[in-house]
Amino acid sequence: MEILKIGEITPDAVILWQAGWIKLNVTILYTWITMAALTILSWLATRRISSGRSFGQWQNFLEAVVETISGQIRDIANEQPGKYIAFIGTLFLFIAFSNFFMELPGYVPPTSSLSTTAGLAICVFFAVPVYGIANEGFLSYLKQYTKPTPLMLPFNIMGEFTRTLALAVRLFGNIMSETKIAAILLAVIPFFFPVIMQALGLLIGMIQAFIFTVLAMIYIASAERVGTEERQANEK
Amino acid sequence: MDSATLIGMVSIFTAGITMGIGSIGSALGEGRAVAQAMTAISQQPDESGTISRTLFVGLAIIESVAIYCLVVSMILLFANPFWSHFTTR
Repeated sequence: MEILKIGEITPDAVILWQAGWIKLNVTILYTWITMAALTILSWLATRRISSGRSFGQWQNFLEAVVETISGQIRDIANEQPGKYIAFIGTLFLFIAFSNFFMELPGYVPPTSSLSTTAGLAICVFFAVPVYGIANEGFLSYLKQYTKPTPLMLPFNIMGEFTRTLALAVRLFGNIMSETKIAAILLAVIPFFFPVIMQALGLLIGMIQAFIFTVLAMIYIASAERVGTEERQANEK
Repeated sequence: MDSATLIGMVSIFTAGITMGIGSIGSALGEGRAVAQAMTAISQQPDESGTISRTLFVGLAIIESVAIYCLVVSMILLFANPFWSHFTTR
């Protein structure tokens, strides 16, 4: 029954099926399951979408989710959320759902593997220059690396990599430790206390999804804010 | 004492010490951050949304040092590379 033994800290090592060099491990399988759940849920909710006065409860729920995410983006970036919501919203929904399904027995959250979180963090790493160049132009994006003084150039470049590492390890560490703590407590105090830890895990999972998304948005927004402020200073 | 025993002993001890020393700094920092945020919310209850969002992001960044220590001690306890090198030989 137990897919992940207590001595294994990453679900990458558990290989379900192998043909030649193609390996299907637990992380990939549960990533697919999460993706399928999200897709089917969205399809069911938007199948009979209506702009009239009567609409289904699922449409109401999804509208509330989208409205909350775009409100947060508007607060952080101080601009319209239209071009960010596809990327930021997908990050949030994927992480939140895979942390939320952690409570189901037999489900291994794909975010408890360092390869998934590193993949998401690398997406953020590339999204920052893509959005920055699209908004600012190539040269003025590069210029912000020399911002306070050109002496800070190596530190700014180093910070770009370390914050990607921090983003990946933070999500991985939290979710992995949560699944491990639940398993260890199950061995020590079997009946009641693990339930409380599961409830705490639900809270931690949601907070970590929120934090990952907000940090990604802050990184993207901070690459643009420098150029915007400079333009405003020039206009004065 | 052979080398496997020595590695096991040192790994368990280091895992405990890593967690213990590594969490001091972020525990103090998080306590201070939450106390300041509580003061700020009690002075300006209208801004509680912005304050708590900034608080959560700040807490995550403060906490990440402790999470690194946790990951290191988890690796030492559950997936120790030196231990498996000596036991699978």
